[in-house]
Amino acid sequence: MIGVVDYGGANHASVVNAVDNLGFDYFISDNKKSLDDAEKIILPGVGAAPNVMQQLQNKGLDTYLKLSEKPILGICIGMQIMYETSSEGNTDGLSIFDGKVKKFVPRTNKPVPHMGWNEVRFDKTYSDLNGYYYFANSYYADVSEQTTAISSYGDKFSAMTSIKNFTGVQFHPEKSGSLGYQFLQRFLSS
Amino acid sequence: MLTKRIIPCLDVKDGKVVKGVQFDNHEDVGEITDLAYKYSKDNADELVFYDISASTKNEVVETTWVKKVADKINIPFCVAGGIKNIRVAEAILNLGADKISINTPAIENPELITELAKEFGSQCVVVGIDSYFQDQQYNVYSRTGDPTTRTKSNRLTYSWIKEVQDRGAGEIVLNCMNQDGIRNGYDVKQLLDARKIARVPLIASGGAGNMDHFYDVFKSCNVDGALAASVFHKNEVKIEALKNNLLNRGIRVRT
Repeated sequence: MIGVVDYGGANHASVVNAVDNLGFDYFISDNKKSLDDAEKIILPGVGAAPNVMQQLQNKGLDTYLKLSEKPILGICIGMQIMYETSSEGNTDGLSIFDGKVKKFVPRTNKPVPHMGWNEVRFDKTYSDLNGYYYFANSYYADVSEQTTAISSYGDKFSAMTSIKNFTGVQFHPEKSGSLGYQFLQRFLSS
Repeated sequence: MLTKRIIPCLDVKDGKVVKGVQFDNHEDVGEITDLAYKYSKDNADELVFYDISASTKNEVVETTWVKKVADKINIPFCVAGGIKNIRVAEAILNLGADKISINTPAIENPELITELAKEFGSQCVVVGIDSYFQDQQYNVYSRTGDPTTRTKSNRLTYSWIKEVQDRGAGEIVLNCMNQDGIRNGYDVKQLLDARKIARVPLIASGGAGNMDHFYDVFKSCNVDGALAASVFHKNEVKIEALKNNLLNRGIRVRT
């Protein structure tokens, strides 16, 4: 069973559709007890950092997720809140990953949000899935020692960050065509 | 590097995909879900679903179709048509849309842009602008889905672009109405000026008739995406062939 965390608000539909299309059983929950039954947990990629963190704190899920030993995949905002802080609303994150999330500065030839398909290069585990993935983000984290995939928008940024049982991806695998589905399939079945 | 996006648009009216010339004379071109699935499979970079009759009839986009399309595709999906408040936007997102696009409702209530951006994030909020060149200036029109309701607003295109992005729009689709459906190419002059103003992603719309038109608009205006309807629906331009063509001419696209 895949547990998809509910932050309140809108849109788990995209990720849930993908999980369902790939043939995995899932449930959506904001409850610790229920999430205990999940083999893997997904933090979906919709929302703003302050609201998402507030929701997690209200349900006691911030500590729960941080201490969890299950494989956890954070998508987009779900990845960003795993860092120490985000400049989006000056929000404290879960401090699972080292570093801070900051905002892209728009320049000529660099509109913000960073929206569309960008090239992702993975190290080791997923390197056969290098290619184009869909992004829709105004905030990003720098490349660090925990970075496991790189993408570039003016400067390089962390497209995937991993430590222990935690994985965060800045792109949306659920919206990245067949390559994105292959990525999800591998995470969910590994 | 970010690639340029090719975006087929499904203009939907009464459950059918239609496409007119300069927003009139709509004709059926196919079933919604069949086309959506085909484009998703053909490597389209995004799909726009636009219920063109919604704002003209004071209705909301047909939600059953939104869900049917969302279930079928695994590329980004943007929905437009009479989305007037947070509640409706949330319902559409919950059906599987990734972005919502507002046009007439934004003109009638600009505060809506701000509210939507605050609630869902800018990356979720697209503002469509129907721009018509007349009396030596570009004017913003509303309720353009039907010629009998089409109204010139009191806004000018370039100042409206500035306002919507200041209010939190995360993307702008600039539909150049003088070009729409006549397939003479995108309005390069207007889009070039719009590009100078837009700090958010800018999508060209209106006028695509062949592959060269896509090349021209990317090369000359550096837009982030090009949206088109009839050339794709009628199979006059195939998405895969278009992308290979662009790639060979140095425009970076996802293949």
